[in-house]
Amino acid sequence: MGTLWFWIVAVMLAAYVILDGFDLGVGTVYLFVAKTEQERQKTLRAIGPVWDGNEVWLLAAGGTLFFAFPLLYASAFSGFYLPLMIVLWLLILRGISIELRSHSHDALWRTFFDGVFTFASALLAVFFGAALANVVRGVPLGPDNYFFLPLWTNWRTGAHPGILDWYTVTGGVLAVLALGMHGSLYLALKTEDELEQRAFSWARKMWPAVLVITLVSLPATALARPNSLENYRTHPIAFIFPLLVVLSLATIRVAIRRQRALSAFFGSCLYLASMLAGAAAGLFPAMLPSVGSDGQDLTIARSLASPHTLRIGLVWWTIGILLAIMYFGIVYWLFRGKVSQHAEGYGH
Amino acid sequence: MDALTLHRIHFAFTITYHYLFPQLTMGLALLIVVLKTLALRTGNAHYDLSARFWARIFAVNFLLGVVTGIPMEFQFGTNWSEFSRRSGGVIGMPLAMEGIFSFFLESAFLGLFLFGQKRLSPKAHWASAFLVFCGSWISGFFIIVANAWMQHPVAYHQLPNGVFEVSSFWPLMLNPWAWLEYAHNMSGAVITGAFVMSSVGALYVLQRREGEYGRTFLKIGVIAGVLSCVAQIFPTGDLHGKYLAKHQPAAIAGMEGLFHSEKGAPLVVMGQPDFEHQKIDNPLAVNKVLSFLIYGTTVAEVQGLDKTPRDQWPTTLPLLFYSYHIMAGLGTYFVALMGLAGLLLWRGKLYESRWILWLILMSFPLPYIANTAGWMCAEIGRQPWIVYGLIRTSAGYSTHIGAGTSLFTLLGFLGMYSVLSILFVVLVYHIIHEGPQTPPLEHSGQSLTAV
Repeated sequence: MGTLWFWIVAVMLAAYVILDGFDLGVGTVYLFVAKTEQERQKTLRAIGPVWDGNEVWLLAAGGTLFFAFPLLYASAFSGFYLPLMIVLWLLILRGISIELRSHSHDALWRTFFDGVFTFASALLAVFFGAALANVVRGVPLGPDNYFFLPLWTNWRTGAHPGILDWYTVTGGVLAVLALGMHGSLYLALKTEDELEQRAFSWARKMWPAVLVITLVSLPATALARPNSLENYRTHPIAFIFPLLVVLSLATIRVAIRRQRALSAFFGSCLYLASMLAGAAAGLFPAMLPSVGSDGQDLTIARSLASPHTLRIGLVWWTIGILLAIMYFGIVYWLFRGKVSQHAEGYGH
Repeated sequence: MDALTLHRIHFAFTITYHYLFPQLTMGLALLIVVLKTLALRTGNAHYDLSARFWARIFAVNFLLGVVTGIPMEFQFGTNWSEFSRRSGGVIGMPLAMEGIFSFFLESAFLGLFLFGQKRLSPKAHWASAFLVFCGSWISGFFIIVANAWMQHPVAYHQLPNGVFEVSSFWPLMLNPWAWLEYAHNMSGAVITGAFVMSSVGALYVLQRREGEYGRTFLKIGVIAGVLSCVAQIFPTGDLHGKYLAKHQPAAIAGMEGLFHSEKGAPLVVMGQPDFEHQKIDNPLAVNKVLSFLIYGTTVAEVQGLDKTPRDQWPTTLPLLFYSYHIMAGLGTYFVALMGLAGLLLWRGKLYESRWILWLILMSFPLPYIANTAGWMCAEIGRQPWIVYGLIRTSAGYSTHIGAGTSLFTLLGFLGMYSVLSILFVVLVYHIIHEGPQTPPLEHSGQSLTAV
C-alpha cells in the first residue's frame, strides 16, 4: 500500500512538472522568444486556457501528500518554510502577470507584466529544481522528525546544509534550462512562422547546456549523497531511467533538427519524467533522507497514514483522477492545433 | 509577540483576505448560471452579454482566489505542522478530494467558459458555466468538511502516537455540522453575489446608463438577495446556532456575552463585555429572547461561561462577542433592505425609488464584513482548540519556526496583498466603468475575461 501511494504522489508530481513545466518554460523564454506585441499575445494564448489547470496538479499532489503521508508533509513543508513562501509569492506574481497584462493598452503596463512573468517563471523553475535537489541530498532531520533549513549556510553539502548549496544550485540551473527548452518546444508546437522558428532556435541553443548539466548532475548526486546509488547497485533494472534520459535527449536533438515539434516535445516530456523517476528510484523507500546523525530518514513506512484511511482514499482517488484526465482531454482537444491570430482571449 | 500569536495572525490574515474572493465567485457562479439559463431559454442576447460582463468580474476574482488560495494549502504544513502531522490522516482527505474533484473541474471548464464561446454550441457553453458553478460549490463543500471536523470531530480513531485516522468515510462526509455550516456559508456567498450584482445594477440605474442591463442586474440581484438573506437567518443560521449551543456551549456563551447560566436568558443586542468583572457594560438587552431562540421556550436555562473551566474559554472573548454581533446585526439589516427592495420590485417601483437604490449601492461592502465576521465567530469560538476537544491550538503550530521567521513572511504577505488590492480595485472599476456592452473582442482590449 505504501509503495503504491509513493508512486501515486510521484506520478502526480511528474504530471505537474511536465504540464506546468511547459508554461513555466514558456514564461522563462518569453521575453527572448516573443519579440513583438503580436507574438507576445500569441504566446500567452498558447498557454492561456491551460496554465491554471496545469498548476492544479501541484495542489492536487500536495493534497494527496498531506493525506497519504501526513508526517512527511508536516516535516517537509515546515522545514522548507522560507523557500516555500518565496515560491508562493512567485506563483502569485506569475498568475497575475499572465492574466492582468492585457487589461490595459498602456505599453508600460504591458512591459511591466512581461518582465514580472519571465522573472517569476524563471525563478520558480530554479526553486523547483533546487527543491528536488534538496530532497535528493537530504536534510538535517532532528529526533522529532522536524528540521529547519536556512536559505544558505556555507554553500557546501554535509551536516549543516542550506537550501542553496553548490549541489542544489546545480539542480536549479538544470531545471531552468530543461524547462526553458521544454517550454520552447511547446511554443514551437503551438505557433507558426517566425515565432515558431525562434522557439526552435532557442530550444536548439539550450540543448547542449541541458546535456552537459544532466551529465554533470549524475556524478554530482553521487558526491552529494553517496548512498543514492545503493538502489541502482541492488536493482540494476533501475538503470533504465538514466538510459531513457540519454535516449530522450537524443530524440529531442534529432527532432529539433528535422523541425518535428511534436516528437521533440514528447521527447522532452520523456526526459523530464525519466529524470524524476531516476531520482525517485534512487530515494526509494526514503521520501526525505536525513543527513547528520540526529534523525532517521523519513521513509514511506514511517510517514504513511493508516492503512484503513488509505484504502478509503484509493477508491475516490481512482474515480477522481479518471475524471480529471477526462477534463484535460476535453480541454487540450478543444484547444488543439496552432494558435490563430483571432483566437479568443488575451485579445488585441 | 510570541511565535504562536504570530502564526495565528499569519493564518487569520491570509485566510481572511483569501475568502474575500471565493465568497463572491461562489455566489456569482450561481447567478451566472441563472443568466446563461435565461439567455438559452429566451434567446435574448442581452442575457448573454450580461453573463459575459459578470464572467469578466468573476475571472478577476477567481484569479485572486486561486493565487491567494494556494498559500492556504501550504500553510497547514508550513505554520501548523504538529496539527498536520496528527490530523492529516483525517482532514488531508477532504483537502485532497477538493483538489482532485473540484479544482480540476473548475479550472478546465473555466478555461472553456472564458475562451470557448466561439468553439462551443450555446448549450455546451451553458454546460461549461454550470460545471464551473459545480466545481466552485464542491470546493466549498470539501473545505467545510475539513473545517467541520475541526469544529466537531466525528468518524475518527486516535492511534497510540496521538495521530488521528478516519474510521469511516461516509460519517465524515455526512457530519451534520458540515451540512449546517455548508448551508449557512453558501447562502452567505449568494448574499455577497446578490449584493454585488444589485449594487452594480443600482449604480447603472442611478447613473441613467446601460439601460435594461442595470434593471436586469437589480432584478436578479434583489430576488437572489431576498431568498438568500432569509435563508441565512432561517433555517440555516437558526439551526446552526442551536447545534452550536449543544456542542460548543462556551462558544455561544462568549458570542452572546452570557457569563452566568440563566433561566430565561436575555438577548444582548448591544453592549461592551467587561471580562474583568464578568458583566456587559451599557447593555441593550431583550429579556428571555436568548432562551427562546435556542430552546424554543422562554424559561429554558442557557449555559453561561461559568459552566466551562476557565482554561477552556475562547481566548479572545471580546473579539468573539463583537464578531457575532456584527454578523447578526448586518444579517438583520440585509433582510430588511432586501425585503423592502423585493417589495418595491414586486410593486414595480424599484427602479424609480432612488433612495433605496442609493442604499443598495452603498451596502455592497457589508456582506463581505458579515461573512468575515461569521467565520471569525466559528474560528474564535472554537478556541482554545484547533480540533475541538482533541488538540489545543497551542499544541498545533510549527514550534521550530521562530517568531522572527513568521513575522518576516507575514510582512511579505501584507506587502504582496496590498499590491493585489490596488490592482483588483483598478481592474474591477475599469470593467464596471466599461459596462456590459463593450464591443466584441477583435476591436477591444480584453483579456482572459473577454469571450
